[in-house]
Amino acid sequence: MAVGLTLIFGVMRVVNFAHGDMMVWGMYLAYLLSRRAGLDPYASFVVCAAALFVFGLGVQRGLVQRIVDAPHEMQILLMLGVALVLENTALLAFGPEPERVRSALSSATLWLGPLFVDVGRLVTFGVAVLLTLALSLFLFRTDLGRTIRAAADNTYGALVIGTDVRRVYAVAFGIGAACVGAAGALVSPILPFQPATGLSLSVTSFNIVIIGGMGSLLGAFIGGLLVSVAESLGAVFLAPSLKELVSFSLLILILLFRPAGLFGRRAA
Amino acid sequence: MRWAALAALLVLLALPAVLSSYALSVCILMLFYAYLGQAWNIVGGYAGQLSVGHAAFVGVGGYTAAMLSLQTGLTPWIGMLAGGALAALLGVVIGYLGFRFGLRGFYFVLLTVAFAEVCRIAASNIDAVGGAVGLYITFTGDPRQFQFRDARAYYYIALALMLLATGVAWAIERRRFGVYLAAIREDEGAAEALGVDTLRYKLLAMVVSSFLTGLGGTFYAFYLFSLQPNAVFGIPMSVEIVIRPIVGGSGTLLGPILGSFILTPLSEVSRIYFGQSGLYGAHLVAYGLLLIGVVLFLPEGASPHLARALGGRRGRA
Amino acid sequence: MSLLEARGLSKRFGGLQAVRDLSFVVAEGELLGLIGPNGAGKTTAFNLLSGFLRPDAGAVTFRGRSLVGLKPHAICRLGLARTFQIVRPFPRLSALDNVTVGALARHPRAPEALAHARAVLERVGLAARQDAVAGSLTLAERKRLELARALATDPALLLLDEVMAGLNPTETEAMVQLVGRIHAAGVSILLIEHNMRAVMALSHRIVVLSFGEQIAEGPPAAIANHPKVVEAYLGEEYVGAAPA
Repeated sequence: MAVGLTLIFGVMRVVNFAHGDMMVWGMYLAYLLSRRAGLDPYASFVVCAAALFVFGLGVQRGLVQRIVDAPHEMQILLMLGVALVLENTALLAFGPEPERVRSALSSATLWLGPLFVDVGRLVTFGVAVLLTLALSLFLFRTDLGRTIRAAADNTYGALVIGTDVRRVYAVAFGIGAACVGAAGALVSPILPFQPATGLSLSVTSFNIVIIGGMGSLLGAFIGGLLVSVAESLGAVFLAPSLKELVSFSLLILILLFRPAGLFGRRAA
Repeated sequence: MRWAALAALLVLLALPAVLSSYALSVCILMLFYAYLGQAWNIVGGYAGQLSVGHAAFVGVGGYTAAMLSLQTGLTPWIGMLAGGALAALLGVVIGYLGFRFGLRGFYFVLLTVAFAEVCRIAASNIDAVGGAVGLYITFTGDPRQFQFRDARAYYYIALALMLLATGVAWAIERRRFGVYLAAIREDEGAAEALGVDTLRYKLLAMVVSSFLTGLGGTFYAFYLFSLQPNAVFGIPMSVEIVIRPIVGGSGTLLGPILGSFILTPLSEVSRIYFGQSGLYGAHLVAYGLLLIGVVLFLPEGASPHLARALGGRRGRA
Repeated sequence: MSLLEARGLSKRFGGLQAVRDLSFVVAEGELLGLIGPNGAGKTTAFNLLSGFLRPDAGAVTFRGRSLVGLKPHAICRLGLARTFQIVRPFPRLSALDNVTVGALARHPRAPEALAHARAVLERVGLAARQDAVAGSLTLAERKRLELARALATDPALLLLDEVMAGLNPTETEAMVQLVGRIHAAGVSILLIEHNMRAVMALSHRIVVLSFGEQIAEGPPAAIANHPKVVEAYLGEEYVGAAPA
């Protein structure tokens, strides 16, 4: 049931190396909240989302904004730098050993028709779907959401009609970060995590976004399903240590054959 | 400028006589990473094709020479060339796939990272090459087997390597190859319109770069006497390679050297200072911050600024 | 024999037929003007000719050789060079280095290429700015740089895409003179232009495009009063109005 997890990833539009590492921080935050404040991650995900929203906003305003016009290499390097900082501060703060978060729901199971289902995962999936729906409502029904989509589609046009493009970008980035924070919290009871997990999460999210098409929500959803199926199959047939191999090989194949994505337009 | 270079060279040659063995080992690393950085510079700096997966070539080169030495006793002096050749082959594969399928910028970076990680995972899981534990090389001190009792020998080899890479970069810079690479970096489409076979030249840059990097892998293996998949194929290694030219000035001759001269001592200091309290990864945090800082404030790297400050000819972009 | 021959070129982008069944010929030594309202498909035609786009249908031959399927750099080496509508200098390289890239196409050795590049810069009047970084040049200078780069490849046929766009009257006049000189020196030219005065002054013949199709072709005088041309540019109601 990795679907719930991969779903939320796909929403992020800005090309972002630090993605996975932000998610790991979401996980660690949930861990802290659970340890210190006794908050169940299924509740605390809201906090994690909020925290990462602020962080994302900060990163966008403080860093990304400055180099919006710079050659692409610079932007890539910037996010690589952020990723490095995030991953290694986590390493410094929490150590390299894997962690897991306890939740009241993790050991509960349920009979769902003929299937024996893990309640924890079911809730994760459910919340993920809800969040995605909420996000699409936001993007398609509210003014701010429409503005974001407009700016993503045609920056110049948006500027012409007076949109504060910088604010829009910042918000979009922040929302993406929030999603990722929420995802981190939601997934923390299911997936053992350590600072190094950041990379494989980033790769998974890249896989989804590229296959589904940058900038397409529907694509991200479908991409998420496809990728999680592929990864699950991989896990079934291959030794556990090779699971990452599947993700990376998938990435290579996707990069070669589908940079435009199934649903999206070719990214700039 | 010539005199300065000559003077610097003489200093470098004389250095081992006056350094403590610890300082010497730092200098060896400094030169070694300057070498790798310069090799990367050819495709990453001059041609503008950012790769964050060059560790793959280090690993392939090192593992090849090490395996050949362990299995057949082949001297690493020759094994080095085999390693470089295999690394170059991988370079062609990655380059061809990437360039032929039109992967630019971010996507190409992803491709290189993916390949490096695939290599890492493969090496960790194939017992024949040592699996997750890696390969170990027994110390014999036999120079014919690329082993030396005296650390100074390693120093001079590292110096020679660095000079080799710099020489190659210098030769490329002033010929058609170099001008074409610069054009490709600036605007591929416009370059094509002017008769530049961009695919061919990008591939060529990739081959040269990966071959040289592969050679370095052998040095790494036989200097440290061990190869571990996570260390040699991992992202931290790729970052070490990439950060020096970027901080020092990518696409410039002195960039990787300058970068390494600045960063290696810094990273050693942070390793000692933080490593004592068991704080892993601190130097990577520093690298990350440095990358961010360079991108925001010093995108050209240190070298062009230095060149202007010294009042020389305007540095080449 | 014609230098360049396009036959039945077509290109569609999704729902838009950008170029439809376009055929024309450029003779050796000719200066052919290509005009038409915005969106008529002129730059698309250039992209099809120079290898940046592959035609859906049709043929392009240059000196008898088919160009379809060839990559832009190969086409350039055959003798067909082009400029871009929105100039694309190599921003961090000097003007001289920019032109040298072009010069290397025919002069593979660096010293000769440099010498040739200097000469070309002299011809277009940029010799004084040869060491300036391309990103710091004015628009007029960049237009000339763009031209110089293409010229440095020693083309037999030069495709110029709106080299006068954005220039003030003085600069435009200078550019017209320059193009004229280049043509007189033996380079055949295919010129996309909106500046009517320039087109009329320079062209031997003009081809008119509208919505991807050729609607007229002939010497400047004939084109100026051609009803279809007037209609395409100004609309039906102006057909038959007094000539400007």
